[in-house]
Amino acid sequence: MKIVYQKSPGLTDVPLHYCPGCTHGIIHKLVAESLVELDVLGRTVLVAPVGCAVFAYDYFNCDAQEAAHGRAPAVATGIKRVHPEHVVFTYQGDGDLASIGTAEIVHAAMRGENITVIFVNNAIYGMTGGQMAPTTLVGQSTTTSPRGRVRVGQGAPLRVCELLATIEAAAYVARVSVNTIPRLNGAKRAIKRAFQMQIENKGFSLVEVLSSCPTNWGLSPVDALRWVEQTMIPVFPLGTFRDIDGGTNP
Amino acid sequence: MKGNEAIAAAAIGAGCRYFFGYPITPQNEIPEYMSRELPKVGGVYVQAESEVAAINMVYGAAGAGARVLTSSSSPGISLMQEGISYIAGAELPCVLVNVMRAGPGLGGVQPSQADYFQATKGGGHGDYHLIVLAPSNLQEAVELTQLAFDLADKYRNPAMVLADGMIGQLMEPVELPPERPAAELPPKDWATTGTAHSGGRRRIINSLYLYPDQLEEHVRALFRKYAAIERDEVRCELVGCDDAEVVIVAYGTTARIARTAIAKCRALGLRAGLLRPITLYPFPYAAFAPVARSARAFLVVEMSMGQMVDDVRIAVAGRRPVAFYGRTGGIVPTAPEIVKQVQALREGLGA
Repeated sequence: MKIVYQKSPGLTDVPLHYCPGCTHGIIHKLVAESLVELDVLGRTVLVAPVGCAVFAYDYFNCDAQEAAHGRAPAVATGIKRVHPEHVVFTYQGDGDLASIGTAEIVHAAMRGENITVIFVNNAIYGMTGGQMAPTTLVGQSTTTSPRGRVRVGQGAPLRVCELLATIEAAAYVARVSVNTIPRLNGAKRAIKRAFQMQIENKGFSLVEVLSSCPTNWGLSPVDALRWVEQTMIPVFPLGTFRDIDGGTNP
Repeated sequence: MKGNEAIAAAAIGAGCRYFFGYPITPQNEIPEYMSRELPKVGGVYVQAESEVAAINMVYGAAGAGARVLTSSSSPGISLMQEGISYIAGAELPCVLVNVMRAGPGLGGVQPSQADYFQATKGGGHGDYHLIVLAPSNLQEAVELTQLAFDLADKYRNPAMVLADGMIGQLMEPVELPPERPAAELPPKDWATTGTAHSGGRRRIINSLYLYPDQLEEHVRALFRKYAAIERDEVRCELVGCDDAEVVIVAYGTTARIARTAIAKCRALGLRAGLLRPITLYPFPYAAFAPVARSARAFLVVEMSMGQMVDDVRIAVAGRRPVAFYGRTGGIVPTAPEIVKQVQALREGLGA
């Protein structure tokens, strides 16, 4: 019998704990496939975040270190400096990266730290139960913005890619989405390119992946994907924001 | 050599090749030395964006199997507490240097010993201990820095060299032991070096245990380790305690001044001695029992409002009076001040 599709050997057999309809699982798959296709899994070290993906170290079939909330880029820096020949990546959510970890991500990019960051943006704090994030959309209601996020006093969403794209030593910064099959294929290309950049010692690379959170958005999985398309993407436009090799949009 | 440079040189001599830090007075000579010297020996110096980032870089590098150092001073060490707790929880060996300055808050930049509680009683959240070593001269700073790396590796536990602004800024001749060959450093079969290096077995560095029974067992295992440290790694020095009526208890810079005070006391016919803890954790509780049999009183001298004195009271256990003399705010007590305290204490004891 011919195998036409199988789970990536970049993932373990541990069942994922993510909510139904959440796209973390898809993003894990794309990352794992990329590491396997680039033949670097055996020399890859993951830095897991605090947030929904806190158990990422159980799922990726490689060595891993669990970081404190927001500190993954600093932990990755320590690992990469000791093992520059290894592939080191962080997998972080928007509360982790865009709130408590803003200093760490900005300065990892500023140093041109030769690591890859997979930044999963679902516009909300998932694990803690749906609180407002820096990426929460204006008007979006959460458990800590029950009447909807208001611009005055709570501000407007932080656009991480646009911010990091101004940094000279950032080699590759792109925003993708996994809400449709074509977009998912583009996301895979971007993730693979980011790792390729690291393998070629080009410097800091980050792929922001827009992700759905049906549980905390209060939507069905299908409606959540539609919400990504209709509500998130207009605020978080997809595309390549920086590519020192002049690549095209994924 | 300046104290801070001696500590840095000792670290490199002990095989440390990675330093992550952030500038803060009065320890800047350590990162400056490391930024200059580490690249010459194939090492890496990274100036982090904050102490918070620096300690997490240490976490990553330690988890990757390196001998790694960071240094800071009191306010910076406060910022590192989150990471220190994670490092202790994940059982990662590394060395931290705290060149203490006076607090609280921004405080001042002059010497202090007011971080004793923070260093020995936790500092960060959760049940854990650092190994804490307190040098009182520069040669000892060299030796204890190297010992800190060895103990950290031996127990997979963070170790702190607790110095103060005086030790850091002082100049004294030191003898550096020969460079430790990399081949002699202990192997780390738990470090994240990639599954291709470990026969396919995944290695995870982590302090997360969501099931209470697992977390309790993890903490109990940590405390079995601490019990071994308390049994095997206690270090202290006794000076003239055999016939002393008053025994001064002091560490670091204060112990150095106490030595001078003791000589002055003896010249005045006052029999004073010194009990100097070298390891603050593990604290030399057991060393007090024999001393308490012959001495009539203890005088704890610290550059703080009294922190180690609590441990001394536990150790003396009410057998003898325990008096305290402290200066704070960056003021270093003088030998004549200490002599006066010994005199007053001795007079209070009567014949």
